[in-house]
Amino acid sequence: MKPVDPTRRQFLAAAGGAVSILTLAPGVLLLAPAHGRAPDQPVTGKVRWGLLIDTTKCAAGCADCVAACNRENGLSGGTRPTDPQWIRKVELKDRRPGRQASLPMMCQHCAQPPCVDVCPTGASFKRADGIVLVDKHICIGCRYCMMACPYKARSLVHEPVTGQSPDVPRGKGTVESCTFCVQRVDRGETPACVEACAAARHGAMVFGDLNDPASEIARRLAAYPSTRVRADLALDPGVRYQGI
Amino acid sequence: MGIALHAIEGRSPGYWGLLGALGALTALGLAGAWYMEHHGHVVTGMTNQIVWGVPHVFAVFLIVAASGALNVASIASVFGRTFYKPLAPLSGLLAIALLAGGLMVLVLDLGRADRLVVAMTHFNFKSIFAWNIFLYTGFFALVAVYLWAMLERRMNRYAAAVGFGAFVWRLVLTTGTGSIFGFLVARAAYDSALLAPLFIALSFSYGLAAFLIVLLAAYGWTGRELGAAVLARLKNLQIVFVAAALYFVAVYHLTNLYLAKQGAYVRFILVDGGVYPLAFWGGQVLLGSLVPMALLAHPRLGATRGAIAVAATLVVLGGLAQMFVTIVGGQAFPLELFPGFAESSTFFDGEAHRYVPSAPELALGVAGIAVAGILVALAVKLVAFLPARLGDPLADSA
Amino acid sequence: MAGRAVFAGLIFATALGAGWALAQERTAAAGRVPKPALAQAKGDKCVDPTDFMRRNHMQVLLHHRDRTMHEGIRTPQHSLKGCVECHAGPQSGTVVGGSDDFCQSCHAYAAVSIDCFECHAARPRQARAGARKP
Repeated sequence: MKPVDPTRRQFLAAAGGAVSILTLAPGVLLLAPAHGRAPDQPVTGKVRWGLLIDTTKCAAGCADCVAACNRENGLSGGTRPTDPQWIRKVELKDRRPGRQASLPMMCQHCAQPPCVDVCPTGASFKRADGIVLVDKHICIGCRYCMMACPYKARSLVHEPVTGQSPDVPRGKGTVESCTFCVQRVDRGETPACVEACAAARHGAMVFGDLNDPASEIARRLAAYPSTRVRADLALDPGVRYQGI
Repeated sequence: MGIALHAIEGRSPGYWGLLGALGALTALGLAGAWYMEHHGHVVTGMTNQIVWGVPHVFAVFLIVAASGALNVASIASVFGRTFYKPLAPLSGLLAIALLAGGLMVLVLDLGRADRLVVAMTHFNFKSIFAWNIFLYTGFFALVAVYLWAMLERRMNRYAAAVGFGAFVWRLVLTTGTGSIFGFLVARAAYDSALLAPLFIALSFSYGLAAFLIVLLAAYGWTGRELGAAVLARLKNLQIVFVAAALYFVAVYHLTNLYLAKQGAYVRFILVDGGVYPLAFWGGQVLLGSLVPMALLAHPRLGATRGAIAVAATLVVLGGLAQMFVTIVGGQAFPLELFPGFAESSTFFDGEAHRYVPSAPELALGVAGIAVAGILVALAVKLVAFLPARLGDPLADSA
Repeated sequence: MAGRAVFAGLIFATALGAGWALAQERTAAAGRVPKPALAQAKGDKCVDPTDFMRRNHMQVLLHHRDRTMHEGIRTPQHSLKGCVECHAGPQSGTVVGGSDDFCQSCHAYAAVSIDCFECHAARPRQARAGARKP
């Protein structure tokens, strides 16, 4: 046998390193959501990922979360009607007294997602940990999920895509939406938008495990009132808003 | 049976001209589909706001009309009206042709039309779309058997039973098509159980109109005899069907008017939504319903073939207008995420969405009708579908 | 599920054909058809024996794709990303695009179209590869 090529050794070491970071570095685990899952173990329903958005801390002109999402997931950032937008800033103005608010809107990762119900092939699905995704391998591009989503969270890729991120495959003719940055969550990190919001010192977004009473998101939801968008539909979204 | 079915000769310049014209329209539509497939939906007028456009207007119209086209056969087999029996095979043929045309448009508009096999091998049975795949293929099979039972003498005794099965199946199928929209809880325009019976009423009307057009064309162009009594019964039926459809449309809008939360949507679609109120009042109600009813009911005009043909064509055009209002208009009205708030965003929240169809998608939609026409024109030449003569005494004695 | 099995069977049959063609090619002297020119991969061996991978890589990828997509299992063994990281051409930096590139050269030879890279990146992430991230 030839000696192991150094590049290959590094590749394997990097693979092993991912495990050790997760298991050996408690600091990382404290900062990141502790899903406590080995990389070769499937996700389970013990965890339900959720996102809390405090609209009182969300600044009207700020779109750092949108820019971070586009960067992480390889979106162009274009805003033509045909451009995909996984997250968008919605500006609100109360019709009567005129109070204004600003908030990010994205896939609400419902527990009862209409997009999953209507998908003919099962491409639109909910992972055991509550993240709603599109399996683009079996998406036929019928767009019924886009018709069904109450949040307008989904986009069809209208044009050929090049230069995708290795972690985020995207292609023409399939439907896509916010994944909670599932590739980051599986590494034990928070979604890119949450990280960017914290980096901008707004701290308007808290990501975590809704099922873990000790998590920050669960504690904040227990302590303060929050709103589910389109609560009348009883979809049990994983994204909650405060201050509206 | 007292009436012989004969294939048409199909060698006249007019016949080849018709096939050539329909073939050219089909080729244009396929070229449009290829263009859309190659470049992506960016070359259509469809967007992330208006996700279903003109192809769906044509496709849903054709699918709804297909189930309705079977009605003449159902009246003969299920309700035992022998008067309609000679026309039953043409009715079944038209049903298959319209469904094939509609499905072609639907499938070619998919973002990944190349993955049709995935749609046939992966099913989510909670999806009404997945059910519809079985409802459509089952409809093809059932109507094919029905045609066989009607056309093959030894199979005739099963015709009534198979016809009854096909009738029930078509009611379920149209319920499924209406439910594609009825089950969309999120949108103001849909989310209504009323859409299923509404679509059934529409199917009766569209299907009979398509049948009348084909019948008048086939008998007029081949010079075969078509009795006035046959036409009189069919056109009276058409008046009833148009009225029934109009009734369900009225109930749908009136229930919405009563609900405060639907007020903005009703105002949009009926008053200030631009092209949609125009298509509703001018296309669907006036040209598509009131004018044809008046034409057909007119004591003198209603007896002329020209007026019947014009009325049936208007019903079809009104049907396309209705599908445009329902499908595109329903999406153009913005989703309301935060009731009581004015919304704005880079993703066009809180504003009516614009839609201008492009040439390729229009061509694809029209190709659906053209394909249905080709199938009928070829079938009546190759197989004995049409009664040689449909004079009144014969039709009455049959 | 039955559909998936049929699909996998089709892929498998295609793979057998491709494998057989490759085997024939190796034994025959230089034929009229140019052999696939496989670019040198990083490392000395693949995650599985070459003969196995040649015949089964599509099934292995299919299996791993579903595990990653639905179960969040992102182990590097059998991940398409891992394939690309090792097999991207030393000059071109990609697995498709040129006739020498790893996936394309063999698929062109076997006349099997690849759908993967319409969506998946055919190049390793430059920055991340340098940072030795998984």
